[in-house]
Amino acid sequence: MSKKVYKDYIKFFTVLLISLLYILPFIAVIINSFKTTNDIMANPLSLPTKFSVSNYVKAAEKMTYLRGFLNTLIITFFSIGGIVVFSAMTAYLFVRKKWKLNRLVFSLMIASMIIPFQAIMIPLVKIYGTLNLLNNMWTLIYMYWGFGAAFAVFMYHGFIKGIPYELEEAAYVEGATEFQTFWKVVFPLLKPVTTTIVILDGLWIWNDFLLPSLILISAEKRTLQLSTFYFYGTYTADYGLAMAALILTITPIIIVYLILQKNIINGILKGAIK
Amino acid sequence: MKNKAKNVVNYIIFAGITTMVFLTVVIIPFLYGVYLTLTDWNGIEATKKYVGIRNYISILNDSTFLYSFTLTLKYVFFSVLFINLIAFLLAYLLTSGIKGQNVFRIALFTPNLIGGIVLGFIWQFIFNNTLPYIGQKIGLGLISNSWLASPQKAFWALVIVTVWQYSGYMMMIYIAGLVGIPQDIIEASTIDGAGQLTRITKIILPLLAPSFTVSVFLSLQRSFMVYDLNLALTKGGPFRSTELVSMHVYSEAFLSQNYGIGQAKAIILFITVAIITSIQVYLSKKAEVEA
Repeated sequence: MSKKVYKDYIKFFTVLLISLLYILPFIAVIINSFKTTNDIMANPLSLPTKFSVSNYVKAAEKMTYLRGFLNTLIITFFSIGGIVVFSAMTAYLFVRKKWKLNRLVFSLMIASMIIPFQAIMIPLVKIYGTLNLLNNMWTLIYMYWGFGAAFAVFMYHGFIKGIPYELEEAAYVEGATEFQTFWKVVFPLLKPVTTTIVILDGLWIWNDFLLPSLILISAEKRTLQLSTFYFYGTYTADYGLAMAALILTITPIIIVYLILQKNIINGILKGAIK
Repeated sequence: MKNKAKNVVNYIIFAGITTMVFLTVVIIPFLYGVYLTLTDWNGIEATKKYVGIRNYISILNDSTFLYSFTLTLKYVFFSVLFINLIAFLLAYLLTSGIKGQNVFRIALFTPNLIGGIVLGFIWQFIFNNTLPYIGQKIGLGLISNSWLASPQKAFWALVIVTVWQYSGYMMMIYIAGLVGIPQDIIEASTIDGAGQLTRITKIILPLLAPSFTVSVFLSLQRSFMVYDLNLALTKGGPFRSTELVSMHVYSEAFLSQNYGIGQAKAIILFITVAIITSIQVYLSKKAEVEA
């Protein structure tokens, strides 16, 4: 019996040690975000001598944090909204109507999932540049609809297949149209998939860098990831500010994670196992 | 006939927007991209000449690309290996009923929620400032100079941060797999006198084969495509020594303005990843069946 207890202690301390290693970089950044650059240069391990948020205030102002935050929020919100609404409707049609066209588009979507973004970005920029559509938040949102469609349709498709048709039949008997039936009867049943898609796509779009960096050119349109990148590039020497900027960027995600951790982890797992 | 018209209207209402965005954002650019690789377009001039497969041939003699490509293969190999080793170890420890396992799981998963740009900058600070400071204080030569200043060590810095970023995620996949193993099988093996090691290799690992398939696939895909982390942590430096393929494609197209060649390199990357992941999935599915 005591051998098992002893073993459990070893396991516990191994995990504790690894977890500390995982968390230490964050702690180092948090501690240094309250220090002056000189103090950081002198000793990056020392604790702040006095508590001051001046780095945060300055960093937020210089990286136009609020602007970046709002831009990211708008882009993420409308991108996810579009992906959910359009993909759910499409998947519903594809499951309930076995037309040739539906099967063709669906297979094309499944096949397209192996194409990495890097194999599309160059012609994408060329085409939308020629059409004068770059540097526009709505173009970016439109593109997220496109890049998010295949996976979302695939997820909804798998789920809708399992919904018995009888439920819809009852609505049709009462004279509802297909559009009404979908929104009143089917869509509410899709909530588990919708949650998964909102979480996965939310993390993806909120944290995405490459696509927005290609589409959004002017400074006032930048997302948080972009403004962090440009800010850090300009203020690399000013460590105090740079550290505060990093903490500012990750705070919203960490807050959401602390509130919704169970949902987030489940959502990511469901998306992975598909 | 009336039915046909109704079908068309239904298609447009339900799938019209999706079809349009999917075609204009994914399919058309992809096909157009394949066409671009057959031209000498530089991004500025209106005219582009058809050059056949000359771009592809020139890539085979492009030593910077070949360097970047080989480096990426090496990077992917070590990242996937260590991500999965550590993820499995953590998952095993965190399903053994130790205290606070939920808190540990949540903590270890955190890096995965944050974008590669921020993660890269955090570690840039660690490698450039914190570690050298510790190294100089305690006289540990290995870390007393920034790893990011040496091509060899900068490569390992990239691997370390990648493993740190993804092992928490893959750990969750292994945990889901481990939790799904029926407890009576484990108990039966213990009664039969199987030791801990036999239990892991003969029973747990084979039953966990589906989790390995998923987790290796995801880590392969992600490490092949890495860009943000590469950009923020090393910027490909020192002297382009840690420029992985995605970043190489980016600079070829958008910095050197060789769009045709850049796109051809992107297509080569795409084909490589498609082949490697298909082989991986095929082999692991086969292993799953045999197990």
